[in-house]
Amino acid sequence: MSILKSLPWGPMARMTGRRALLAVPVLLAVTFGVFAIAAASPFDPVKAYAGTAGLTASQENLDQIRHNLGVDQPLITRWWDWLTGALTGDLGDSASLRAPVSQVIGERIGWSVLLCALAFVLAVLLGTVLGVLAARRRGGLLDRTVTGAAYALEAAPPFWLGLLAIWLCALKFGMLPAGGLTDTGSGTATAGQVARHVVLPALVLAVSQLPWFVLYVRQGVGDALAEDPVRGARSRGLRERTVLLQHALRSGLLPVLTLIGSRVPELITGALLVETVFSWPGIAAATVQAATSVDFPLLAALTVLATAAVLAGNLLSDLLYGLADPRVAFDG
Amino acid sequence: MSARSIRGAAATALATTLALGAAACSTPSDGKGAAGAQDSAVVGIAYEPDSLSPLLGYGKDGNSKIFDGLLTHDARMRLKPALAEKLPEVSDDGRTYTYTLRKGVEFSDGKPFTADDVVFTYRTILDEKTNNASKAELDAIDSVEKKDDRTVVFHLKYPYAPFAERTVLPIAPQHVAGKQNVNNGSFTTHPVGTGPYVLTHWSKGEKLTFKANPHYWGGAPKVKKFTMAIIKDDDVRATRLRSGDLDGAILPPNLAATFKSAQDKKTYTAKTFDYRNVTLPTANPVTGAKAVRRALDLAVDREAMVKGILNGAGKPAYGPVPTDSPWFAKGTERAHDLKKAERILEDAGWKKGADGIRTKGKQRASFTLWYLSGDKLRQEHALAFASDAKKAGIEAKVESGTWEVIEPRMKHDAVLAGGGSPADPDFDQYLLLHSSLAGDGFNNMSRYRNDKIDRALVDARRTDDHDRRKAGYDTVQRELQKDPAYIFLTHIDHLYVVNDAWQVPGEQGLTTQVEPHDHGLASGPWWNVEDWQPKK
Repeated sequence: MSILKSLPWGPMARMTGRRALLAVPVLLAVTFGVFAIAAASPFDPVKAYAGTAGLTASQENLDQIRHNLGVDQPLITRWWDWLTGALTGDLGDSASLRAPVSQVIGERIGWSVLLCALAFVLAVLLGTVLGVLAARRRGGLLDRTVTGAAYALEAAPPFWLGLLAIWLCALKFGMLPAGGLTDTGSGTATAGQVARHVVLPALVLAVSQLPWFVLYVRQGVGDALAEDPVRGARSRGLRERTVLLQHALRSGLLPVLTLIGSRVPELITGALLVETVFSWPGIAAATVQAATSVDFPLLAALTVLATAAVLAGNLLSDLLYGLADPRVAFDG
Repeated sequence: MSARSIRGAAATALATTLALGAAACSTPSDGKGAAGAQDSAVVGIAYEPDSLSPLLGYGKDGNSKIFDGLLTHDARMRLKPALAEKLPEVSDDGRTYTYTLRKGVEFSDGKPFTADDVVFTYRTILDEKTNNASKAELDAIDSVEKKDDRTVVFHLKYPYAPFAERTVLPIAPQHVAGKQNVNNGSFTTHPVGTGPYVLTHWSKGEKLTFKANPHYWGGAPKVKKFTMAIIKDDDVRATRLRSGDLDGAILPPNLAATFKSAQDKKTYTAKTFDYRNVTLPTANPVTGAKAVRRALDLAVDREAMVKGILNGAGKPAYGPVPTDSPWFAKGTERAHDLKKAERILEDAGWKKGADGIRTKGKQRASFTLWYLSGDKLRQEHALAFASDAKKAGIEAKVESGTWEVIEPRMKHDAVLAGGGSPADPDFDQYLLLHSSLAGDGFNNMSRYRNDKIDRALVDARRTDDHDRRKAGYDTVQRELQKDPAYIFLTHIDHLYVVNDAWQVPGEQGLTTQVEPHDHGLASGPWWNVEDWQPKK
C-alpha cells in the first residue's frame, strides 16, 4: 500500500480536472464539425432513410419524412437540439438503424471493447516478449528477424492483413471462421462460438499494433542494458536472467507505458478496418452506416465516443509518464 | 462413394479455386453448414430490410414471413384470403371494401388477432408522424373502421379497383406496436406477428434467423429453422453457396450458369415485371421531340441486349407490361428497325452532320444519359443504348453518378431507370405515366403528358370490370407505341440456385412467383418456405 500512498494524487487529480475542462471545447468543436461535414455532404438523409421505397414515394410523403426526421432544420438548430438533448441523457434516435442511439451503441460497444481489449493485451504481451528477446542480443539473427518483421508489419494496412488472414486461415486451411460473430446457420451467440470467431480479428488487430511495442521495448531494454545499474548488477554476479528481467526490463518498460495511452487512436482506426473486414458487429459497422446515410445523431454520438477515447488515452499516457519519470511534472 | 461425399469433394475443390480469385470475407465450410439437415434452410440474399415493422413499410407486398396480410398471393399471383376469411365484399360504387376476419388467429406471443389490429395498422401507416415512404400506395383510403370484432370496413376516397391488392400489407399487433414509438421503438427490430415464422435474431448486416411458429394458423412449417444471410457481394454469395454454407442464393445470370452442372442444385428462373428503361425528359429539346423518341424506340436492339447483357435470362420490353403477361397488348411488339428509325428522323428534319450526329436547325441530336454508379447491369444497358442510338445519328453521352447527383438533373437529362410491379398494372403505370405526377419525386421522370393515356389510366383504376380495365391498359400500350414516354429495354429474370432437397406439395421442386423490381426477403423460391417439404 505504500506505493499507492506515495503517489502524487493531488497533482494527478488537478491535471485530470484541467484536461476534463479542456475536453469541453474540443468535444463541442468536434460535434459541430461532424454536423457541418454531414450537412455539406452530397448524401441526402431522407433518401437514405427511404431507400428503394423513396424511388416511388410522392414528394409530399418525402417532405413529411424530412420534417419528421428534423433534417429540414438549419445546421445550427440541429446541432443545438442534439447537444441539449445529449446533455440531458437523450442521444436521439438513429434514423438509419430505426432505433435509439443509446440502444445501438449499447448493443455494439461490448463486442468492440472485447475485440480491442483482447488485441491490446495480446499486442502488449507479445510485444514485450519479442522486444526483450530482440534486445538481449542486438544485431543477432533473432533481433534482425524481429525488427525486420516489425518494420514490414508497420507498413502493412490492417485491412490487408485481415484479408490475408482470411485467405490463409479460413479459406486455405479452413481452421477458423472468417467472419461474423457466430456461424451462419446458428442463431444465438454462445461463448464457444464467439471465442472461435474472435480469434482471427483479434489476432489481426494485435499484429497490426505489435510493431510499435516490439520496437519500443527493444530500444528501451537495449538502452537499459548499457546503463550503470545493469553493469553493476552484472558485476555483482547476478544471473543474466535476473539482470534482464529485474533490472533492464523494468527501466526499459517506462517508455512503453506512455506508448499504451498514445496508441488508443491507432487502435480505434485499426478496429474500424478490422471490424469491417470481418463483419464484426461492433460500433465500426454502425459508424460506416451512420456516415453513408447521414445519420446525424448516431454519427455525432460515435464521434464523441471516439474523441473521448483519444483524450482519455492521452491523459492516461501523460499520467503514466509523470509517474514513471519524476522529472516530468503534472502541469500539462 | 456417396453422392454427398462427391459433392463435398467437388465443392471443396471449387471453393479453394475460387478463393484464390475472390479472397473476400466469407464464412468457411466447417462442416457445420446447413446443407444436409432438411428441417433447416439457409439462403443468401443481397438485400437487407431497414426495419421489420410493417408500419414502416416492411413486407408491404406480402410474403413477410413474420406477418400476414388480410389477403395474400398464390404462386400465380392470384389473391387469396389470409387473415381475412374470404376475399372482400366490394360495394357497387367500388368505394367500400368489407373484410371478414379469420377466427382463432393468434399472434406469436399468444394474444388474439382482432379487428383492432387491422384498424391500428392502417391508421398508423397513414398517420403523418409515421416515417413510411410507401404510404402513397394507400392514398385511396379515406377511413378504416371496425364494424365488429371480426369485420373491418375500408372507405375509399375514389373507386380504386386494385385496392384489394394493397391489402396484402402485413398486420401489426396493436398491443405491442401501439405502446411504443412507431419510428424507432423495439418493434422495428423485434417484431411480433401472426406469420409462419418468428424472428429469433437479427444481426444487422449479417443475417436474419427465424424459427417456425408452431401455432401458425396455416399449419406449422416443416422447415423449422430458416436463416437469411445478407451477402451483398455476388461472388462471395456464390462461393458460400458452393462451400455448402448456404442452401440457396440469388445470383446474377453469369454466376448462376456456373451451377448448371451441379447435380444436387436446381436453378429457378423467376419471371418478373422488373424492367430497365431510359427516361425521355420532355423538357429537353432532343428527347422531347416526338420523332427522336419514336426513332430511338425502333433503333434499340432489345434482342441483342437480352442475349448480350442478360445471358438470355430476360425478355425484350416494349412497355411496363412484360410480353408474357395477360395484361400485355398483343401487337405492340416493335422489331429492331434502324432504317425506319432513320427515315422518321429524316422526315422530321433531323439531318446527319459530318460527325454522323444529326442536327435540326441549330439543335444537335445529343443528350446526357445517367446511370446509377456501381450498378453494372444499368451501366451495360446504358452503353448498349448509346451505341444503338449512335447508329441512328443520335448521341447519348453516358455518365454515372449517385442518385444525389442524378436527381437535380432529371428534368433535362435522361436516366437509365428501373421498376416494375406485378400485382396490378395500375401500380407502376399510374406512377410512371400520369401527368399529375410529372416530376413528383421519382414518379413520371420523363414528365410525360398524354391526355389519352391519362384518361385511360384513370378509367382503368376506377372500374373493376376486367374487360374495361384490359381495354384501358391496351390503350396505354398502343399510345406508348405512337409516342413513347420512355424507351423500355428489357424485362429481367431473377435467378436462384437452391439445393435440390425440398419441394412444395404438388410440384417437382420449388416454385417462384412473378417478381417485382425490388426483390427483397419476399421473393425467390423461398417466398413460400412455410410450405416446403423435405424431398425423399
